[in-house]
Amino acid sequence: MIESVVQARNLVKSFDDLHVLRGVDLDLFRGENLVVLGKSGSGKSVLIKIMVGLLTQDEGSVKVLGQEVKDLNSKQLNELRLKIGFSFQASALYDSMTVRENLEFPLVRNVKNLSKREKDKMVEEVLDSVGLLQTINQMPSELSGGQRKRIGIARTLILQPEIMLYDEPTAGLDPITCMDINNLINQVNEKYKTTSIIITHDLTCAKVTGDRVAVLLDGTFGASGKFEEVFENAEDGRIKSFYDYNFIKQ
Amino acid sequence: MSGESTKKDKVISKRIDRFFMGLESAYLFVKRFFKEVWFPPYEFKEVIRQCYQIGYNSLPLISLTGFIVGVVFTNQSRPSLAEFGATSWLPALISIAVIRAMGPLVTALIAAGKVGSSIGAEIGSMKVTEQIDAMEVSATNPFKFLVVSRVLASTFMIPVLVLYTDFVALLGAFVNVHANEMTSLSTFFVQVFDALSFLDITSSLVKSVIFGFTIGIVGCYKGYNSTKGTEGVGKAANSAVVMAMFLIFIEELLSLQVTNFFRQL
Repeated sequence: MIESVVQARNLVKSFDDLHVLRGVDLDLFRGENLVVLGKSGSGKSVLIKIMVGLLTQDEGSVKVLGQEVKDLNSKQLNELRLKIGFSFQASALYDSMTVRENLEFPLVRNVKNLSKREKDKMVEEVLDSVGLLQTINQMPSELSGGQRKRIGIARTLILQPEIMLYDEPTAGLDPITCMDINNLINQVNEKYKTTSIIITHDLTCAKVTGDRVAVLLDGTFGASGKFEEVFENAEDGRIKSFYDYNFIKQ
Repeated sequence: MSGESTKKDKVISKRIDRFFMGLESAYLFVKRFFKEVWFPPYEFKEVIRQCYQIGYNSLPLISLTGFIVGVVFTNQSRPSLAEFGATSWLPALISIAVIRAMGPLVTALIAAGKVGSSIGAEIGSMKVTEQIDAMEVSATNPFKFLVVSRVLASTFMIPVLVLYTDFVALLGAFVNVHANEMTSLSTFFVQVFDALSFLDITSSLVKSVIFGFTIGIVGCYKGYNSTKGTEGVGKAANSAVVMAMFLIFIEELLSLQVTNFFRQL
């Protein structure tokens, strides 16, 4: 039986009168890429932020690697976070630091007794794996949107996480760069043996990267399964329109 | 009519709620600072970097302002003393005014504008671009890295800047006194130090430490709690300056009362 690394049950989250998640159930199995699709504001990002303890659910449970996230103290939560890589929508690179310093930041704080040589080697290795070794001494403001996304992913990879959470990895990028990012997600999955959740509303990204797709509609998963299963035989008008809009079906 | 007054009551009650919630959140923020400052990991590198930003980068502005304050205050005070034929008391008058009040106050107000706003804007923009969340998910305590380091740096550096401003303002005063009364440098500074007591210097330094802490914590609090995108960043920077300046004047008033109490002992 395949191990479930993330398990959410009856997850409820509201912001004042806005009910974002209304009883979400989710299982993420080791080694798979799960794509969570949904409209803007449907609660996709909220879902993964609850998984890393950036937000707390109102009701329900989230177990990550067997641990109930909301019951962890700050030390335990930090230990869990080291096993999770979180790639932010806007990359969230530290503006005042160079690319090298951005990558070193989690490393120096979480890996003890690391020599400068080892540190440099790890930074260069992970930068090379996202194909941006040449940007090592540049500032984030000097990078393009696609490069920033790649560096953001590299920063999360440096601690070699077991789970990767991608928040809108292709948002705001041109189609060619989107394809590069999609390929990178697949390469990361293969090379680092990660299990991933990819939050997106880009169906091409979902098709290329996802082993399984789940569509978030009105605070719960409206459909889930393989891409073709979910979209090609969709009966729900909202899922159909999502597909039609993305692929410009007449 | 009664419907209108109920609406007004609701608005007032909401404002009162917001005020007390703000007070509570500020109290919790300060409490968290004092809780986290003692325990490792210590971000020494970041504290030193911030000391450089706050201290060294403020020097040109502080030098210019301090010098001008010294020159202008001396010039404005001369006619009043000249009426009593007491222009020889200028160095003593200036030293007391500069060390007791003007040096710390001018430095703190300038730092509130320059340092407070930059801390508020920097942390605010980090908050709205999810950089603070990124630190958190990489198992780093952003409060320690961003807030504790900046508050410590401003608490250390403002007293140093105050001493520097005092010196530059006295230098400005000397230039003016020398040009008009032909007083020598040594005579000027002998009179300056004769007029000062131990209490003047310690009270000035103690209040500078409080001003530094205020500037740092207010800037960090406003930035850390900023919302609503870039508009929120601007608001955070602006309210950091306004709130810090307001608190600095209140602290100045309180410190005057406390110092006077000790002076009378």
